[in-house]
Amino acid sequence: MPLALEIISPERLLLARDVDMVVIPGTEGDLGILPSHAKVVTSLRGGLVDIYESGKITDRFFVTGGFAEVTESRCSVLADEIIRQAAIDTVAAQAKLAEAKAAFDAVDTQDTDAYREASDKLISAQAMVDSAVAAPAQADTI
Amino acid sequence: MPSLKTLRNRINSVKSTQKITSAMKMVAAAKLRRAQAQAEASRPYAVRMAEMLAALAASEAGNPNANSLLVGNGKSQTHLLVAVTADRGLAGAFNANIAKQVRQKAAILQAEGKRVKVFALGRKGSDALRRDMREQISGTKNFVGKKVVTFADAEEVAQEIIRGFKAGEYDVVTLVFNRFHSVMSQKPFEQALIPAAAPTANDNTMEHNYEVEPDDGSLLDRLLPRNLAVQIYAALLENAAGFYASQMTAMDSATRNAGQMIKRLTLDYNRARQANITKELIEIISGAEAV
Repeated sequence: MPLALEIISPERLLLARDVDMVVIPGTEGDLGILPSHAKVVTSLRGGLVDIYESGKITDRFFVTGGFAEVTESRCSVLADEIIRQAAIDTVAAQAKLAEAKAAFDAVDTQDTDAYREASDKLISAQAMVDSAVAAPAQADTI
Repeated sequence: MPSLKTLRNRINSVKSTQKITSAMKMVAAAKLRRAQAQAEASRPYAVRMAEMLAALAASEAGNPNANSLLVGNGKSQTHLLVAVTADRGLAGAFNANIAKQVRQKAAILQAEGKRVKVFALGRKGSDALRRDMREQISGTKNFVGKKVVTFADAEEVAQEIIRGFKAGEYDVVTLVFNRFHSVMSQKPFEQALIPAAAPTANDNTMEHNYEVEPDDGSLLDRLLPRNLAVQIYAALLENAAGFYASQMTAMDSATRNAGQMIKRLTLDYNRARQANITKELIEIISGAEAV
């Protein structure tokens, strides 16, 4: 039984297809989702969504954060922003990281919501920079 | 009886107006299709988000520390009405309907002794409401010069609204926008933003069987602001689609009216022309008879 993966941004449905396995970057750590996974909802940190088909990573998408809903037969990734890993602009990512760092340093640590948001952004920006240099899809990683 | 020249001028001016209205109709129809496609594309996200929220919100029923965006801050003294309108006119009563709805709602709330503030989203709404509700308008935003609204725009608005709510500027937030029923019909619709539909303890889905990471509370802390943005985005898209539909209908009837007017004026013109010819003939004949 395949796993129906959906990657959805607020503006459109980016991808909907059956895959063997997907690894999503949950806030508490990466989750590898196989078919018949227990039902889970989780928030996502910035990181790579890796799509596995016949033992290989066939697609890598960078997400800036969001949510994922997993049921036995389906995995829906609700991402804030989605970029194909190969299309990440390293310069823009660096600029974003610098901006996020400045914002994080300036944030009021008493304001929990603002603090959480700023740290989320910082983690996401760092992950974007790291993702830009990560191995491309179709690499023989398994 | 107007002279032939003035009639001719009027016919020409109505004809050029008709050209403009029919072109606008065509443009609106094309933009409507694009707006509808955009609204359609945004639906999967909204659907999934609503599912997740419903499951999580039910589990928060009866929790005294539940997120205030979900259950409100326990007061309902000051209401914020978010009026969503278009930035342009020439669309029949599309924008006026929203202004009317906001005024009615404000009057009802004020009669109950509540305070009302207005956030005007879209230029036409702020123009219309500024006349009589100037003091109550707490903020405005429009997208003049933008081809399409993006999610980032909606998120900006959502953040602004949440900031005001957290600062205690208002207790209840309601979104007023034109719901797109069909190309022919858009009706003003009120939607509660804060509190987001309060969960009830006897909800069937109370026992959701999801594992939740990190935990219900902190997931909701992230989910609720996003959900607000999604709802505003959906309203903006529906507003855009409704606006173009309404403009298309308005321009279609304007084109038809112009056609009728041209017909009538042409008839008048021909009558006047024939009357002139008859008059001249009579003059010539009676002149000839007198000789």
